[in-house]
Amino acid sequence: MKTEELIDLLSTNVEPVDTQKVVRSLGIAIGAGVVLALLACIVTLGIRPDLDNPGVFGFLLVKMGFGVVVTVLGWHLLLKHTRPGGENHSRIFLAAVPFAALMALAAVNLISVPASHWGHLMMGERWRECLLSIPIIAVVPFAVITWAVRMAAPTNLLRTGALAGLVAGGISAAAYALHCPDDSLPFVALWFGGTIVLCTLAGAALGPRLLHW
Amino acid sequence: MKRENAKEASLRTLMIAGLNGDTAAYRTLLSGLSGHLRAYYRGKLVRAGRGTEEAEDLVQEALIAVHTRRHTYDPTQLLTPWVYAIARYKLIDHLRQSQSTLTNVPIEDASEIIAAHDEPATESSLDLNKLLAMLPDKVRLAIQCVKIEGLSVVEAAARCGISESAVKTNVHRGLKELNAVISQEKTK
Repeated sequence: MKTEELIDLLSTNVEPVDTQKVVRSLGIAIGAGVVLALLACIVTLGIRPDLDNPGVFGFLLVKMGFGVVVTVLGWHLLLKHTRPGGENHSRIFLAAVPFAALMALAAVNLISVPASHWGHLMMGERWRECLLSIPIIAVVPFAVITWAVRMAAPTNLLRTGALAGLVAGGISAAAYALHCPDDSLPFVALWFGGTIVLCTLAGAALGPRLLHW
Repeated sequence: MKRENAKEASLRTLMIAGLNGDTAAYRTLLSGLSGHLRAYYRGKLVRAGRGTEEAEDLVQEALIAVHTRRHTYDPTQLLTPWVYAIARYKLIDHLRQSQSTLTNVPIEDASEIIAAHDEPATESSLDLNKLLAMLPDKVRLAIQCVKIEGLSVVEAAARCGISESAVKTNVHRGLKELNAVISQEKTK
């Protein structure tokens, strides 16, 4: 086939295209992911019953806020990565900022109490449930986000997959905060932060396979 | 530097017009890009120790990718980095897919170097009709009508007896599938 023939083929009857579609699809996917993750958490785990206690409610906002900050930052970075070459002008290290900030706060918290409390502060009552729930709930938003990213054209699949995992993990953590009965910063840093990192690694591993075009 | 900037500005203007449905501008853009892509791929293939005859396959693959993914271009950004990101992505993919051939380059007679003269070919090893034949019937028919015979979407819809949006979807899907079909052909 001559390249001229191909150019004729491609440039005959060109439809106008919408360059904002990528932005919209990702927005819709993330919105749907949030709704599905909230439903999954509320239906299968339930909302914790002691929310009328202002202290408990305040800490729920801290946990949820962490998930939301991770999600929004990840969304911003992921959007750049969906366009060819976008990885060259995005500051990916920004994604680590909320984790570093939370770890610093958790460290301050640990230093201010006797070492005998550390075990309980870090492990809480239900660390196993947290460890399982966040990655499992994240599967749903990850699938929807992957569907949206596949319609775009990422050129760094490893990083794009990692960011999709990060956003899915952030959404899932924010949803799980409704149920999570453990209220301590070291717990959130270790088990919320840790599981979101797991989701990010899983995304990086799956990215090259799922996002290839 | 100045010349490159002027080049970028003119290609970008053509791209933005093309995104709005300006066929003539879009054709000029693709012709212009094909020249740049050819030079790029020839250079890269030589440096990777590969023959330049693969360059035209890559040029065409990249053009199809530019076309089917043109909605991912952000008009507020430069065009050249976007095109080269696609070109590089397709090159890496190509080298990865055909890695096995790297290890068995035969050592031949030194006179071979002057035996072949490489006219800058603009013909790839791909056969359009063969490729089209590999697409599903509906999709092929839509491409045949709209892209080869140049019928309008309305005319094509009347001829195929399907809705206009179905014609558009089939054309879009078909061009995307061409990419898949090409990489299948290449791995054979």
